Amino acid sequence: MTVLAVKDLSKSFGAVHAVHGVSFSLAAGELLAMIGPNGAGKSTCFNLLNGQLAPDAGAIELDGRSIAGLAPRDIWHLGVGRTFQITATFGSMSVRENVQVALLSHRRRLWSLLPLAARHGCAEADALLARVGMLEQAERPCALLAYGDLKRVELAVALASRPRLLLMDEPTAGMAPAERDALMRLTTALARDENVAVLFTEHDMDVVFTHADRVIVLAGGALIAEGTPQAVRADTRVREIYLGGADD
Amino acid sequence: MSYASVLIQFLNGLASASSLFLIAAGLSLIFGVTRVVNFAHGSLFMLGMYLAVALAPGVGFWLAVPLAALAVGAFGAVAESLLLRRLYRAPELLQLLATFALVLVIKDFALWAWGPEDILGPRAPGLAGAVTIAGQRFPAYDLFLIALGPAVLGTLWFLLKRTRWGMLVRAATQDRDMASALGVNQKGLFTAVFGLGALLAGLGGALQIPREPATLGVDLQVISDAFVVVVVGGLGSIPGAFLAALLIGEIKSFCIGLGFSKLTLVAEFVVMAAVLVLRPWGLLGKVRAEVRGAGALEPPLRLPSRGALLGLAALFAALALLPALHAGYTLVLLTDVLLFALFAVSLHFIMGPGGLHSFGHAAYFGLGAYGAGLLVHKASASMGAALLAGPWLAALGAAAFGWFCVRLSGVYLAMLTLAFAQITWSIAFQWDAVTGGSNGIVGIWPSPWLSGKTAYYYLTLAACAAGIALLWRVCYSPFGYALRAGRDSPLRADAIGIDVRALQWAAFTFAGFFAGLAGALYAFSKGSISPETLSIPRSVDGLVMVLLGGIQTLTGPVWGAALLTWLQDAVARGVDYWRAVIGGVILALVLAFPQGAAGFLRERFAR
Repeated sequence: MTVLAVKDLSKSFGAVHAVHGVSFSLAAGELLAMIGPNGAGKSTCFNLLNGQLAPDAGAIELDGRSIAGLAPRDIWHLGVGRTFQITATFGSMSVRENVQVALLSHRRRLWSLLPLAARHGCAEADALLARVGMLEQAERPCALLAYGDLKRVELAVALASRPRLLLMDEPTAGMAPAERDALMRLTTALARDENVAVLFTEHDMDVVFTHADRVIVLAGGALIAEGTPQAVRADTRVREIYLGGADD
Repeated sequence: MSYASVLIQFLNGLASASSLFLIAAGLSLIFGVTRVVNFAHGSLFMLGMYLAVALAPGVGFWLAVPLAALAVGAFGAVAESLLLRRLYRAPELLQLLATFALVLVIKDFALWAWGPEDILGPRAPGLAGAVTIAGQRFPAYDLFLIALGPAVLGTLWFLLKRTRWGMLVRAATQDRDMASALGVNQKGLFTAVFGLGALLAGLGGALQIPREPATLGVDLQVISDAFVVVVVGGLGSIPGAFLAALLIGEIKSFCIGLGFSKLTLVAEFVVMAAVLVLRPWGLLGKVRAEVRGAGALEPPLRLPSRGALLGLAALFAALALLPALHAGYTLVLLTDVLLFALFAVSLHFIMGPGGLHSFGHAAYFGLGAYGAGLLVHKASASMGAALLAGPWLAALGAAAFGWFCVRLSGVYLAMLTLAFAQITWSIAFQWDAVTGGSNGIVGIWPSPWLSGKTAYYYLTLAACAAGIALLWRVCYSPFGYALRAGRDSPLRADAIGIDVRALQWAAFTFAGFFAGLAGALYAFSKGSISPETLSIPRSVDGLVMVLLGGIQTLTGPVWGAALLTWLQDAVARGVDYWRAVIGGVILALVLAFPQGAAGFLRERFAR
């Protein structure tokens, strides 16, 4: 079942066509990697999907509903979770409280003034933390966590809204190889169990070829290849433009 | 308005723009390199005025001006190397507080040295007369000022763009850590830039003496004007400061020339609002990338322990029992402490959990006081009605100003809140017919059954305790959490569906309401109100209370309020130059405890 459908997406900055006529789709439970050399338009594409930028042309549909040009917070409420390349969490709050805030926001309860936020949805928050393996550290302030653990917290926060689509910007950047694998295995399990579609950008080809179900390749703002990791790996144009002959 | 008078007003505007530019350029320059918003910049301007007036009879006007400017520059360099240099690693807010302490000290120094009366300066020899332009007489000296503005702009441009020293300044402005890593002597550079900025302020002041008398009140007026210019022009941009000074100078001049001098503030406000909505970073300012993980790491907010709650309950009980043991002046002082505690807690609500550093919170205190006072005075309302209505006026004002404020952050926000407070003060000060002008409103007494000291003390205790308890409780609510979320990481908050701006706006209004309640209680406790109620020093009192107590703790502001109110009371009664004493105490405390008193105690004993 198609969760995300992108058609002819374009965005220019002045004379630069950062993204030009990009189309792809993504099914529930599928992990799609978006790769390309620096400046290929990955970040722009991501920011168009998550609402940081508004497209010049083209359509973005989530479950058949247009989300192009909506604000990031509205896109989240429609069921799009995000993790950042450099983690962004609420440092003054505990791990559990980070998830609780996301749960409160999902239920549109943030404007209530008297209940104690720390008592809201503890069980659900803990269930999500258990799912990402962070339950033991639920009480610790996020400011004190290790980087890999912060990534897990971000996942739990992103899942709090029961998203249909998860956008992960370079999820494994700055992590050790063993940690990378663990995080991507967790992501894959979540995608399958919760039937969430996952779109991620990635520089590490090992991660891409090991964990992605499908790969799309951007170069110069355009989509130049799409297919299974094996097919993309074998694509001569990709090897030429992207891998530059360096075989890995 | 004839063509000729339009021309004259235009020239008038240019002349005042020059003086505005001198001060705003110095402020911008200092901020660019040291990242310190120098609150005392208006005081340096004032010092320049007094020094020039004092020197002119001896050495003549044309020598007195550069001498005064150099002296102020030297003073700035000394103040930087003795004081501010120790605070560059301290939180931004404490640096501001330290520069405000300088304001107090310099003001009392001027009072001691030159007395409280305004002093008229000499005319500028050679330029004392007037020239005829388009059939109208125009002061020759003002033509000189008009030429001076662009001359200073050109000199600064040359200094910054064409000299080696200027290159270092620009490098440090862009990235001071990198500049330092490349071997630039930061200490010397900072001191020199501070000295140059101070020199410009002193020059601006000295040049102003043929146009207006030297007066003690000029410091805060000038600093808030300079803040408006810098916010409109774009912080750190010297050409932006020039452009904004022209704009503001012309607006003022034409409002006065058209006979709407009372509209000046409104016009200034409208321009500033328009610029901020269209270009939040100012006319020529650069968009600032959102700084990740900037500032001090915020501490977690834990639910209070049973012991802490019992302690607060015991404190409340002790306060409630006190009138039985003790009456008289202690109750009056405690009434003040209580309502200032509410004021400080309301400020902490937006500063701590909200991360919105307001430098003009007294505006809402004053609006509450004036709202209540006016209802009693003009509409003969009962005390109950006035006490209930006052805070709503404050909330309304906070909503109007807050709408703009939450679009900014950091020092921009601080400057804008201060400018709004100054505008509110000016309205209270100038609108004689309604607010009673500088005399204020007298005869705001409580209903007879509450007129006794003890009865009024109980009313204040009940209202303030309820207000403080509510504000604290909200910090633990989903709303409070969402507010902290927006402060900790606006990026993440936005990504999980939190409308950070709307929340901050609501919090600003909410805090304004309680500041207004404190103000309304204040009005009835004193029986009269004056523009002092919402002046900038009152805003800074609030900041001092919050920062002295320690911004990291919820209860800190209460202890800060008690300490400062007691200190002001004890010192103001016994000492002539109490401002300087308070300023000195603030400086000593800031230097000794850069984390605030409660923060210090916690760090010291919590391990």
